[in-house]
Amino acid sequence: MANGTTTTIPHDSGHDAEHDKPQRSFFRLVQRPQQGCHPVIDWLTTVDHKKIGIMYGAFALLFLLVGGVEALMIRAQLFLPENDFVTARLYNQLFTMHGTTMIFLAVMPLNAAFFNYMMILQIGARDVAFPRLNAFSLWSFVAGAVLINLSWFWEAFHGGWFGYAPLSTKDYNPGMGADFWILSLQILGVASLAASFNFITTILNMRAPGLKMMRMPVFTWMTLITSFLIILAFPAITIALVELMFDRHFGTHFFDATFGGKPILWQHLFWIFGHPEVYILILPAMGIVSEVLPTFSRKPLFGYPLIVMSGAFIGFLGFAVWSHHMFTVGLGVVATTAFSLMTMLIAIPTGVKIFNWIGTLWGGKIHFTTPMLYSLGFIWMFMMGGFTGIMHSSVPVDHQQQDSYFVVAHFHYVLIGGALFALFSGIYYWMPKMSGKLMNETWGKISFWIMFFGFNLAFFPMHLLGMAGMPRRTHTYLGDMGWNEWNMWSTAGAMILGVGIGSAVVQVVYTWAKGKKCGMDPWDARTLEWATANPPKDYNFARIPEINARDQVWANKYGKPEEKSGPGEPEPHGIHMPDRSWYPMSASFGLFMVGLGMVFHKQNFLGWDHTLEMVYIGGGILLLSIYLWALEGPRGYHVHPEED
Amino acid sequence: MSEATAQHSHDEADSHHVAATNTGIPNKKLAMWAFLASDCMFFGTLISTHLIYRRVNPDVVIDGNVVPVTSIFDIELTSASTFILLMSSLTMALTVSAMHKHNVKAARWFLLSTIFFGSLFIGAQVYEFNHFVHNEAHPLTLTNTIFGSTFYVLTGTHGVHVLIGLIWLTTWYFYSFSPKFNEENVMDIEVTGLYWHFVDIVWILIFPLVYILEYI
Repeated sequence: MANGTTTTIPHDSGHDAEHDKPQRSFFRLVQRPQQGCHPVIDWLTTVDHKKIGIMYGAFALLFLLVGGVEALMIRAQLFLPENDFVTARLYNQLFTMHGTTMIFLAVMPLNAAFFNYMMILQIGARDVAFPRLNAFSLWSFVAGAVLINLSWFWEAFHGGWFGYAPLSTKDYNPGMGADFWILSLQILGVASLAASFNFITTILNMRAPGLKMMRMPVFTWMTLITSFLIILAFPAITIALVELMFDRHFGTHFFDATFGGKPILWQHLFWIFGHPEVYILILPAMGIVSEVLPTFSRKPLFGYPLIVMSGAFIGFLGFAVWSHHMFTVGLGVVATTAFSLMTMLIAIPTGVKIFNWIGTLWGGKIHFTTPMLYSLGFIWMFMMGGFTGIMHSSVPVDHQQQDSYFVVAHFHYVLIGGALFALFSGIYYWMPKMSGKLMNETWGKISFWIMFFGFNLAFFPMHLLGMAGMPRRTHTYLGDMGWNEWNMWSTAGAMILGVGIGSAVVQVVYTWAKGKKCGMDPWDARTLEWATANPPKDYNFARIPEINARDQVWANKYGKPEEKSGPGEPEPHGIHMPDRSWYPMSASFGLFMVGLGMVFHKQNFLGWDHTLEMVYIGGGILLLSIYLWALEGPRGYHVHPEED
Repeated sequence: MSEATAQHSHDEADSHHVAATNTGIPNKKLAMWAFLASDCMFFGTLISTHLIYRRVNPDVVIDGNVVPVTSIFDIELTSASTFILLMSSLTMALTVSAMHKHNVKAARWFLLSTIFFGSLFIGAQVYEFNHFVHNEAHPLTLTNTIFGSTFYVLTGTHGVHVLIGLIWLTTWYFYSFSPKFNEENVMDIEVTGLYWHFVDIVWILIFPLVYILEYI
């Protein structure tokens, strides 16, 4: 940056001297943690996108295991006909919490972990646009996740992850379970929205010089599209949840048919969020696969512009198909036909992507590493899920399959075979960058094959069960329906899948603690994140790189001379890093208290009768944190990197 | 290192380097646009809920009687408060303009007028709600009709937005006396202005769709 441009901005004298000292202010409640503070405080107050990404990942893996245990309990119950391993009520709570946990607490934050860690590196930035807001997103996610899992100690929600009204209204669901669910989802929504505003700003504004939009790595593109989906889709469920909460607590009639309210409004609002949500979960997975395949095929991604545009097209169509979740509701011929056609249209951009991935593999020098295996597994199983998806888009077929196990098979193929396998591909692929250590290939491949086998054994029979008429969400079934055998296989497969996922998580933890160290570019990869140290320094890049090609790192290694780039300009005054802050965390804690107080409204919370006070105190903490946050400023310190 | 250092101190990393952002738009402003995009969806959802339920239930039935909404509404007052909110948009624009001309004193006065108009609007809304709820012939409450439910939740959400805006503007008013208030805050006030204009624009949609439509 030219120094001359800064002279016109006046500032109070003495500002510079004050700059690197601990902040002294009337409003200062706590010492702002500085460089070299205690590691625990460092992690709690960090604004570094890499640490935030790692924490997102750690929490997501934890909740993946929680959701997995819930799934295994469901499968254990269905192992035998007329089983009484769990009660019907607990069964309903299990599938509700399993769905909610996996979507909001496992897959989305695992995506967010890579958004936070990798996307910033891929665009050659030093951090996100608003580092403290990023920390706030993380801690709000944690607050929402803790709140919803606290419900197990009182009453977990038993209304399905879709929370259909009137099953979730006070008449049919009088306990606190629904309130836990509503308020946790609101807090998780705050976290997702705040993160998305941040990522959109970061991607649009903070790319390295020369990194035009059409030079951005596909994973960054998918982050951008996903963020747009989040900011446009989440408001619908937020308002639906507000309306439901008002119905439950303040006597309004949004979903009350006796006053002219319509339960179907819930379905519309829920699915106009819920269908884009499907793409919020799967587009990042597609981004990861689009990074992994070229690296291990030793070829550039085939049809890059088409991959990007079909991603955008999928995002756009995601908003136009919500009613295909409601084909059996009776919306009328015109509506169902229109939504059926729109739904079938999605096969086009999805097919384009799959053919482009195959085109990437075509003629490539394929290295069957663990991440590559997971990505190839993704393509195969996502295609399976896609084919059954096309079946559902046909209204008459959907009438047969609605609420049968066929649907369960379909979306598990998409969300485990698709999203989760791609995320594990990402974990194995990017682990060297995140930890500086390489995962063990042999163990990785063993885990992959266990997962692949267990997954198909668990979910393929569900297609057959669905066609044999077994309904979803059923607590148990009679022994003479012809469903016994496939249910046994399915449960066995689920256990094997659980072993596979568990072993992969153990490997992640083991690698982090004792893995084999590796160089900065162990895969001979293509994109910018591999140009940083292993793991990256706080400031990511000592010099911000200049970009002349789509795969700059690859171009520098093997590309044409005109595509290669120099190391970029050094920072004349050192690199400015923002300070740590307590306030993102305290603001999230305030939010958590507000939520908890509202759940226990008029109830006793651990001997505390007046939980409305808790709402006020929590609100006060939130408001105070926001003020202190604004007044402390990012401030920061300077680093003078020794060039490596 | 002095100037570069000072320049960073009031802002998130590098956000005020207008030239340095790829789009040329400062980070805070772009984030506000993204927030407003999602706020459009919030209000879109609420407004469509109200309109759809209005269409499904053409009669507003209170205590067994069909009550025309026009007999509950006070269109003169609401028109006046709509005009007042529009005026607050004007003074907000003048605030930003004064800030751009480095005229903090004028900006402060315009800021104060914006707060004044905004408070008048909120006051009118509180009066209006109170008036509707205690309407002797046929009180309209949150719970006695679906119309009341959708009406109060929609306009109440807008009212909360105005209230947040007022807190934000008042904070700026007091902060503008602080020695730390400098030209770097011009953009911050512009961002607050974006929010304020958006809240006004939403009301310009709510007013015809919720109020005037009842008179047609």
